[in-house]
Amino acid sequence: MPQTFNTHWTALPEYARSTVWILLITVTLIICVAMLTLWERKVIGWMQLRRGPNRVRIFGLLPGIGQPFADVFKLLMKEVIVPAKSNKFLFHLAPMITLVPAFAAWAVIPLSPDLVLSKADAGLLYLLSLTSMGVYGVIIAGWASNSKYAFLGAMRSAAQMVAYEIAMGFALVGVLMATGSMNLGTIVRTQGGGFLSWNWFWLFPLFAVYFISGVAETNRAPFDVAEGESEIVAGFHVEYSGIAFALFFLAEYANMILIATLTAVFFFGGWQGPAEGYALLGLGNTFLGAPSFGWLLLKVFCLLFLFLWFRATFPRYRYDQIMRLGWKALIPVTLVWLGLEMVMSAYHVGPWSRAWFN
Amino acid sequence: MLVQTLFYLFSVILVIAALAVITSRNPVYSALALVMCFVTSAAIWLLIEAEFLAVVLVLVYVGAVMVLFLFVVMMLDINLAELRQGFTRFAWLGWVTALAVIVEIAGVIWAKGGMGIDVDRAATPHAADYSNTLELGRILYTQYAYPLELAAMLLLVAIVAAIALTMRHRAGLKKQDVDAQVAVKSADRLRMVKMDAEKRP
Repeated sequence: MPQTFNTHWTALPEYARSTVWILLITVTLIICVAMLTLWERKVIGWMQLRRGPNRVRIFGLLPGIGQPFADVFKLLMKEVIVPAKSNKFLFHLAPMITLVPAFAAWAVIPLSPDLVLSKADAGLLYLLSLTSMGVYGVIIAGWASNSKYAFLGAMRSAAQMVAYEIAMGFALVGVLMATGSMNLGTIVRTQGGGFLSWNWFWLFPLFAVYFISGVAETNRAPFDVAEGESEIVAGFHVEYSGIAFALFFLAEYANMILIATLTAVFFFGGWQGPAEGYALLGLGNTFLGAPSFGWLLLKVFCLLFLFLWFRATFPRYRYDQIMRLGWKALIPVTLVWLGLEMVMSAYHVGPWSRAWFN
Repeated sequence: MLVQTLFYLFSVILVIAALAVITSRNPVYSALALVMCFVTSAAIWLLIEAEFLAVVLVLVYVGAVMVLFLFVVMMLDINLAELRQGFTRFAWLGWVTALAVIVEIAGVIWAKGGMGIDVDRAATPHAADYSNTLELGRILYTQYAYPLELAAMLLLVAIVAAIALTMRHRAGLKKQDVDAQVAVKSADRLRMVKMDAEKRP
C-alpha cells in the first residue's frame, strides 16, 4: 500500500503536489487556531482559579474540546450585518486581506529538515514584506466601516503595528548577521550544535525585542489598546459580525502562531534537537539530539504559552507608553546590540567562530 | 508559455490598476489601486527572476510608504469640486509630461542597438541554485561599497533633516515625563493620616 501511494504521489505534477501541501498546512493551521482559542481560555481559567470552558464535548470525551467548533458554527449561522453608508466592497475585502498574509507566510517556514514549501533565498525578506501587509486589513476595515470607533481603533492599531515592525526588522538584521543567510532553512541549519549554539544565547536582547514586538504586532495583551470597551469598543472590527468577525479572530490567532514559530526558527533553532552533539551520557545520540518536527512543535507550544501567560499576568499599557517602549526602548536596544555584534564578528566570538565565517 | 501567460495577465491587471489610480474619484480607492500596481509589478519582476527587487518593492512601497499615504488620505476630508478647479488650467502640463514619458520609453525601446542596451531579449534562465539576492549583495558590498555607503549617509541626513525641519517646540506644551512617572514612590502619592477611631453612635 505505501508503495503504491508513493508511486502515485511522485507521478503527480509538481503544482498538484504543492497544492496538496498548501491545503494540508492551511487546514492544520486552522485547526491549531481553534485549539489555541480553547487552550487560551483553559489556561487563563486555571490561572484565575476557574475551570474554563468545560461543557461541549466530542463523543463524550474531554470536556471543553468541542467549544471552538461550537463557537465557529454559532458565528457561521449569524447574520453579517453591513453598516449603512459603509463601503460595501472594501468592507468585505478587509477580513480577507488580514487573513491572507497570516497564511501565506507559512510558505517559507522550514517545518522539518526536509519539509519546507519553498526554499526561497529571500525568505526573510518575504516574511518581512508579508507581515507588513497585514496592516492593510486593519486600516481598510476601520475606514470602510464608516464608524468613528472603528476608524480610531484602526488608526491606533495601525500606528502600533508600523512602529513595532521597525524593531522587529532590526532584530532580524541581527539574526541575519549571526547566520549569514536570509534562507530560513539555512538559518536553522547554522544554529545546529546543541541548545547553547542557538541564537537566543548570543542574541538574547534581540530575542527579547523580537518577542515583545511580536506581542505588540499581534495586538495582544498587554499591548491590546486596539480594543478598549470603555473608549473604542472593539476597535477596528466593531462593525463586523458573524463569520466576518470570525475571520479577523482567525487572523489574530494565526498571527500569534506565526510569530511564535518565527521566534522558534530565528532564535531557538527551529527543528534542531537541544542536546545535539552532547557527549554527556550519550544524550546527543538519543532523540534529544536528533532534529525533528516535534522539537519545532514543542518550542512553538512553549512560546505560545508565553502569549497566554502575558495576557493573564500583565496590566495593559497606556497608548503613549506603548509608543515610547517601541521607539525609545526597543529600537535603541537593537541598535546597540547590532554594534556589539559587529565587534563580536570582528573577533570571531560566539556564532562568528563557526568555520564558514572565517 | 506559462511565464508569458502570467506576464500578460499581470500586465493587464497592472494597466487597469494604473488607470484606476488616476480615474477613480475617491482618493482612498486611488491609493489602494496604487498598492495593487506595486504588487503586480513585483509579480512581474519575479517573472524575470529579480526576486530581491520584487520583495523589496512590496516591503518598502506597499508595507511602509503606502500605509502612511493611506493614513493621511483617509483622514482628509477632500472636497472634489475644489480639487478639480485647476484641471483645465494645468491640463497642458499633464499632457506634456505624459508625452515626455512616452517618448522616453519609446526611445529606450528603439535605441537599444546604439546604446548597447538589450531590452527585448528574454532574461536567460538561471540554474535552480542561483540566488539573485546573494549575487546582488555580493556586488553591492564589494564593487559598489562606497556608492552604497554614500547613499546610506544621504538617506540618514535626509531623515535627520526632515525631523529637524518639522519639529516644533510650542511654548506652554504640557508633556508627560515618563521617567518621573516610573520613578514615583508610594510615599509621593499616598498620605497616611492618623486619626482616632470614631465612636459608634
